Formats: sequence, C-alpha cells, structure tokens
Amino acid sequence: MPAAATQGAAPPQRPDAIRIENLHKSFGPLEVLKGVSLTAREGDVVAIIGGSGSGKSTMLRCINFLETPTSGKIVIGNEEIALRPDGTPASRKQIEQCRRRLGMVFQSFNLWSHKTVLENLIEVPVHVLGVPKAEAIERAEKLLARVGLSEKAGVYPAFMSGGQQQRAAIARALAIEPRAMLFDEPTSALDPELVGEVLNVIRGLADEGRTMILVTHEMKFAREVSSHVIYLHNGVIEEEGPPEALFGDPKSERLKQFIKSVG
Amino acid sequence: MLDAITTLFAPGHALGLLALSPPGWGGTLVTGLIATMEIAFGAYAVGLAIGICGAFGKLYGGEVTRDLFALYTTVVRAVPELVEILFLYYAVPSIVNEILLNAGFGRIAMPPLLVGTIVLGVVLGAYMTEVLRGAILAVPHGQIEAARAYGMSSLLLARRITFPQMMSNAIPGMANLWLNCTKDTALLAVIGFSELTLNTKQAAGTTKAYFLFFVAAMVIYMCISMISGRFFAVLERWARRGQRKIERGGI
Repeated sequence: MPAAATQGAAPPQRPDAIRIENLHKSFGPLEVLKGVSLTAREGDVVAIIGGSGSGKSTMLRCINFLETPTSGKIVIGNEEIALRPDGTPASRKQIEQCRRRLGMVFQSFNLWSHKTVLENLIEVPVHVLGVPKAEAIERAEKLLARVGLSEKAGVYPAFMSGGQQQRAAIARALAIEPRAMLFDEPTSALDPELVGEVLNVIRGLADEGRTMILVTHEMKFAREVSSHVIYLHNGVIEEEGPPEALFGDPKSERLKQFIKSVG
Repeated sequence: MLDAITTLFAPGHALGLLALSPPGWGGTLVTGLIATMEIAFGAYAVGLAIGICGAFGKLYGGEVTRDLFALYTTVVRAVPELVEILFLYYAVPSIVNEILLNAGFGRIAMPPLLVGTIVLGVVLGAYMTEVLRGAILAVPHGQIEAARAYGMSSLLLARRITFPQMMSNAIPGMANLWLNCTKDTALLAVIGFSELTLNTKQAAGTTKAYFLFFVAAMVIYMCISMISGRFFAVLERWARRGQRKIERGGI
C-alpha cells in the first residue's frame, strides 16, 4: 500500500478514503448523532470539532465500528460496510478487514501494557497482518526513530510519559500501513507541556499527505493542519468548510460562541 | 554429617520409624505424598480447564451457556465437598450399575484416583470460574478496545491480550485455589484412597507413634505449601511485567 498520496494532484480526482452518509446513533433513548455525513478523500485531513457531548468522538468511533451506528452508510475505500436493518454490521469478518486498514489513536493511548513499545508496534503486523517478524521489527524501528523513541523500544508503556506513550501509539498505528488515520482527541489526556511533541508528529503526518480524521480540542492546530473542518453541535453538523472560512468567518452564532469560548 | 543422619533414621533410633524401607514407614508416607500430588495436579488441570471455559462462557457466552455455568457454580459451591465426593463415589456408581445390570452388562467400579481427580477438579472449576471472571473484568477496557480497533479476531484477542492481561489479576486467587486443592486431597481418605493423610493414619495406628507421624505429615504439607508459594511468586512477577510497583508512602 503506498504510504501517501501525493499532494497537489487535482483535488476532485482523488478517490474517497472514507465516506459517511446520514449516520444516526442512539444510546438508548438518547440520540447522539442525528444524521451526519462526511467525505474524506485520500490526502484529506478532516478535523471534527465541537463541545463536549456534541457527538464528535462517537462519530469517529462509528467509522471503525467501536460504536455500532443505529442507521446510515459507511464506506471505507470503495467498500461499503454491509449493515443489517438495525445498523449492526452484517459481517464480523468485513469489519475486521476494514479495521486493519485504519490506524486508530486513542485519547488514553491504550498501548498494551504487558508488551514493550517494540512489541506493541509489531503485534498487529505479525499476528493480524501476517508480516514476517524480522521485517516487522525493522519497520517498527524506523517508525520509532521517526517519532523520536528509538531508545524506548524495550521499555514498557507504564514507564514512559504521556507524550511518549502517545507518540508510540501513533507509531503503532503507522505500523499497519493504514489507509487512513483516526485520531480521537489525541492530546486531551496530556499535560500541557507534552501536547506540542505529539502535535508535531501529527503535523508531520499531515504534511506527507496522509488521510486523517481528527477529533480535537486544539483549535489552533485544527486550523493549521486540516483541509476541512466539521463543527458538530448536539449531533448535527452545524457548519463545515475549509478551516480559513470556518475559523475566519464563522456563519452560525453557535460556532462564533464556540470559537470565542475555546479561545 | 551424612553418617549422623543415617544413624538418626536407623531402626531403634528416634526417627527410625520414618526410614524409607521397612520396618520404617517413610516409604508409605512417600507413596501417599505421590498420590496426593497426582490428584492435586490432575484436579487443578481439570479445574483450570473448566475455569477458563466457565469464565469466558459466563462473560461472552449466549444465554443458555451463561445460565448453565451459573447453575454449575451455584450448585457446586453450595454443597460440601465431602458430600460431593461421597455422592460421586457411592451414589453415582450404584445408579449406573443398576442401569448396566438391567441392560445385561456387568457392573463397573469407580477407581478412586479418577473419582478424586474429577470431584476435586469439578469443585475447583467452579471457584476458578469466578476467580478468572473477576480477573477478566479487571482488564482495562481500553486494552481490549485497542485490539478490536486493529481488527483482531475474538480468539486472537483472547489469546494475545485478554489472557495475558488477566493473569496478573488472577494469580493470587489461583494460588489460593492451588493450596486448597492440595489440602482437599485429604478428603479422599473417606473413600479409602491411599493419599498422604490416610497413609499417615495407617502408619501412626500401626506403630502407635501418632505424634511422630502426624508431625511428619504436617511438615510435608507445609513443604508443599512453601514450594508452591515460591513458584506462584515467580509466576506473579512474570505476569506483572510492565506494571509499575505500587509506591508506598503518604498515609
């Protein structure tokens, strides 16, 4: 799989990487997503912003079915996920296949605590994707160098700072050579002084043209790296567009309020 | 030194009755110890297998599976083990034999070793189910979610993530069950199975050296426990790899 699509190609011709259409999600009587849609073409960086409880994490987690949608359509690449009428996936196999192409990065890192950093990086390539171990290790070492953690290969996650853990988690996601990266508030659990190092890594990925969907509270960062921003409020897309337009000239009153409140 | 020890165990001396060969009764105790360990290992293996199935079954199984395991853990843990041993040794064969005789077959006898292993194993399995279930529930959800997010199948996830992660939670409880298991073997004396306790009683009764033999048996049980303790300590240290030590301090 090519690591990156070259930027600068004429935008409309780039194929869709991820498409969500009219997605609904309810937790019991509470409707969290009320029909949201999103299209990320290859090389796009889509930022989802919104207040707490707006449904932004749920929307991201529906893409790889960590949450099961109530209804709607999800297309990864050119493969539509087959859903039963109640929204649950029809084929576990298909979900598993799709997940293997999406590199998920969690708010709380979720590195496997009984494995060293290097073991975390080769776990999925070796045991899920069937990459030969020597090759997986070689690749993992390169990725660790890239996120600045070469010395930490043999260390267990519990003995690293939050920033280091999150960088390792990003390397773990890259190790599967994903078609797209999903970031679920990757800096929200970090001490303020550690946020920068993680954002720098993510910025590097955006610069090399990786497809990414990013749920974040870092407005400045979202504005800087994204090609498209979605503002979610109460489970509805209140406003969306290119970052300059959204942040520079917000249309809706709510978004104006939101931008002011998060500074 | 060696001479001194040999003399101590020679016939006519203080510990002569414990000598391995007759007229000493040490050999009988050793035979009993071996039988005890056979049962204990066998029962623990059976219990562990049931426990793994039970824990995963209770947590992830369908409704019927869950109900069956719930019934099993409830009943088995409620009835005294002694009653269960007597039931399986006397009651079950009597019914089986009645059926066999009516069908024109001969009768079967339950070998005590088999009965012992099965009964203790089935009892242990009920407790093990609960120990492992608790251990699985204590695995942080994010660990499992990460594995799901990367497309691991359920079986791979159980083997590579859930199982190793739950071990550190499970080992203290598993060590308890092992110690119970080694001691519960003594219950099999009631069905005439020649394990350590019954053999000790025999030796003591024959020689009238009650104090000597029961102290010897207690020392042997202590040794089993201490060696096991060491083993589980090493196992726990391994299972806790990657975890920070809890710092003492504060109030």
